Amino acid sequence: MANISLELERWRAKIEKMASGYGLDFFDTIFEIVTYDQMNQLAAYGGFPVRYPHWRFGMEYESLSKGYEYGLSKIYEMVINTDPSYAYLLEGNRLVDHKLVIAHVFGHVDFFKNNQWFTHTNRKMMDVMANHSTRIRRYIDRYGRETVEDFIDACLSIENLIDRYSPYIKKETQAELKAEEERQKKSAYLLPVDQEREYLDEYINPPDFIEQMQKKTAEQEAIQELKFPNQPERDVLLFLMHYAPLKAWQQDVLGIIREESYYYAPQGMTKIMNEGWASYWHSTMMTKDIMDDSEIIDYADVNSGTMAMSPTGFNPYKVGVELYRDIESRWNKGQFGKEWNECTDIATKKSWDTGAGLGKEKIFEVRRNYNDVTFIDEFLTEEFCIKNKFFVYKFNKRTGKYEIDTRDFPLIKKQLLFQLTNFGQPIIKVENANFKNRGELLLVHLWEGIDMQPDFMKATLVNVFKIWRRPVHIATVQDQKRIVVGFDGKEISELNIDEEEKLPEGQESKADKKS
Amino acid sequence: MSIREDHNRFRDIIRGRIKRHFKEYVKHGEMIGKREDEYVKIPVPSIDLPRFKYGPKQRGGVGQGDGQEGEAVAGEPQDGTGEAGNQEGQHVLETEVSLEELAEILGEELELPRIQPKGTKLNVNKNKYSGLSPVGPDSLRHFKSSYKRALKRYIVSGAYDKNNPVIVPIRNDFRYRSFRTSAVPQANAVVIYMMDVSGSMGDEQKEIVRLESFWINTWLKKHYKGLETRFIIHDAAAREVDEDTFFKTSESGGTLISSAYRLCKDIIESEYPVNEWNIYPFHFSDGDNWSGEDTRLCMKILKDFMLPNSNMFGYGQVESKYGSGQFLKDLQREFPDDERLVISKIENRDKILDSIKDFLGKGK
Repeated sequence: MANISLELERWRAKIEKMASGYGLDFFDTIFEIVTYDQMNQLAAYGGFPVRYPHWRFGMEYESLSKGYEYGLSKIYEMVINTDPSYAYLLEGNRLVDHKLVIAHVFGHVDFFKNNQWFTHTNRKMMDVMANHSTRIRRYIDRYGRETVEDFIDACLSIENLIDRYSPYIKKETQAELKAEEERQKKSAYLLPVDQEREYLDEYINPPDFIEQMQKKTAEQEAIQELKFPNQPERDVLLFLMHYAPLKAWQQDVLGIIREESYYYAPQGMTKIMNEGWASYWHSTMMTKDIMDDSEIIDYADVNSGTMAMSPTGFNPYKVGVELYRDIESRWNKGQFGKEWNECTDIATKKSWDTGAGLGKEKIFEVRRNYNDVTFIDEFLTEEFCIKNKFFVYKFNKRTGKYEIDTRDFPLIKKQLLFQLTNFGQPIIKVENANFKNRGELLLVHLWEGIDMQPDFMKATLVNVFKIWRRPVHIATVQDQKRIVVGFDGKEISELNIDEEEKLPEGQESKADKKS
Repeated sequence: MSIREDHNRFRDIIRGRIKRHFKEYVKHGEMIGKREDEYVKIPVPSIDLPRFKYGPKQRGGVGQGDGQEGEAVAGEPQDGTGEAGNQEGQHVLETEVSLEELAEILGEELELPRIQPKGTKLNVNKNKYSGLSPVGPDSLRHFKSSYKRALKRYIVSGAYDKNNPVIVPIRNDFRYRSFRTSAVPQANAVVIYMMDVSGSMGDEQKEIVRLESFWINTWLKKHYKGLETRFIIHDAAAREVDEDTFFKTSESGGTLISSAYRLCKDIIESEYPVNEWNIYPFHFSDGDNWSGEDTRLCMKILKDFMLPNSNMFGYGQVESKYGSGQFLKDLQREFPDDERLVISKIENRDKILDSIKDFLGKGK
């Protein structure tokens, strides 16, 4: 790694000033020049020079280096969400590439600093990651490489089972929670009564009925309290950390993996917005201020490469930048609000321009408050989909090919939102940690129309067993049947719930065993 | 950074040296890809850690482009769209490797021993840039020594000024890289492929032979810089053909294996002196021979000429609907434990790698 050259430093200062002039607000950003090999290493390590030892970084590195060496892919830049931010430039790039990247980086850092979903990320992650590495190395020295690595593998298998929204929920104190609960209990089932008509209270809220209902609720709550956890727990990693029979070091390793998972979560939640925002600013600054005439072709070449969208690939750079531009132009022309929404005349809509001029203001507001899901939900319009030729594709079992399914706007939006919610991964919660009253773990998959991949599901279950060390189960839907798949340390069992319920009560059922 | 450590660990897992239970997650893809000039396509290996995820075929996605509803879209969707940044490791990019690298992979995969060449080595002339000369083309100008000479001249003549260290070389200062030709001993090898092209060998059988011979060549090429290949086809009579014809010809009629062996013997005797060449005859057939008489003749040629004079003699029997497989049994009976004869049975495509291991596993 090396400091950037004098010439680049001059450009960096220039672009930094420019970016500030446009209203971007970023952390101090340290640029460093790295060779392609260092870049691949850094990328394999998720941007951090020091990570704990694990083979999957090596795998990532191999695929990145092969991709680079055979000319299939190239990483132009990397930027780390820390304060100060670190950005790596690739040695040997042309000056025009470096300029583009520097401008792009300032866009990213502005986003890291200002987007509300990043407010809870640890800005000293460099140090944290290094500490994680030291701790895990110490465990490896003490307990042996295989033991520690096997446990890490098991943890990584479920690293996505965290509650991405939990950092943003304001935690109330225990007392406040209790008081709120009491208040709700008291007022449960009471209908509001006007002050002038207080005499009707007895009729609107008959005391014996209220009493009866409250008793019923109390009974239900009693049952609920017997269950553990009381409420289904989305943060499966946290739950396992607290309640699985782990040794101290295992608990620490699980905590490390959970912490890193939470650190990366906002980047996944704002991929489209973040890349779109950085692309918006690099293209604005490059075309308006930075480039000279001789660089246009090279710039266009690189830019079109990053913005290309393949029929089956969804390019967050492209969709993001186009949406920001769309928003800017709509708010500049006043194409929003009640009147705009109610207008049905296409010609009027097309030439709609109130000269509102609110575009810039709006996109800055958007970059502060939204994440990908809300971004798409609010700003993806039918006009936009038609203009960009979006479609939904599905796998056709009969032809064995992916085919264009529809160009219907609501369906495109639905598909996109589905893909983005929980990163297109199944939502899984801890339902019961005392399943069958035998301390077995029951996970529940919130089925939303798509089955999980069965072989992966079973293999993951085996890994969960390694952590829970008692039989583990997951309730899901497969081929339109509700099933519970379990692993007891020896074999996989599968239980069909629908058939189970058809059986008369009291009769023992046999689990449909499959290994 | 300690990526080397992690990378080696990953390579070890892929090769199955450690963590054997991981083998099931390793995606090797097809090892044998298309053969295009000198390159073969293979996917980069990766390991999918199991996790709860949606089945791929049920998912769809949003794409962009022209086309009517119901029209197929080009390309497989990438996995992991919209997932967290650098966390995923599911890039299945197809890349190209050179034959050299491929042989390396093959050797590692099958744990093949290195071949010890035998015989005197033939001398081959090689050019090596090793010296400097005062004349030569500008493209070979050796900057460093030219500069040094100029600098020396300046200092000796007292013209050197350390405050203004400008050196202007003159013609005499220039030195050019020059080469010397030397004779380098090189082990030479010839592979002679023989194949039965009688009616009972179908396309599938020939494809198997083609793949086998490709891998054998790849491995041998790694050890012998000057590798030659010869091809002989036979039914009732044998003839020498070029590679293309070898894999495309289909004849009908009887099978006299001895005809091929005799031709092979002729080629070796006339063109490849056995003390200078490493000789590898390979014969592929479905195991049918016309008569016991002919088989006896084959055994005699093998015993008297082939086995003493070649590094090894490979016989690969490809399973076919019509073949009786008798020849393999005859060979086993005749040469029960002769190291120089390697016999391999190839039931189907999946057994090709095993068979290559049979052939090359002895390091001959």
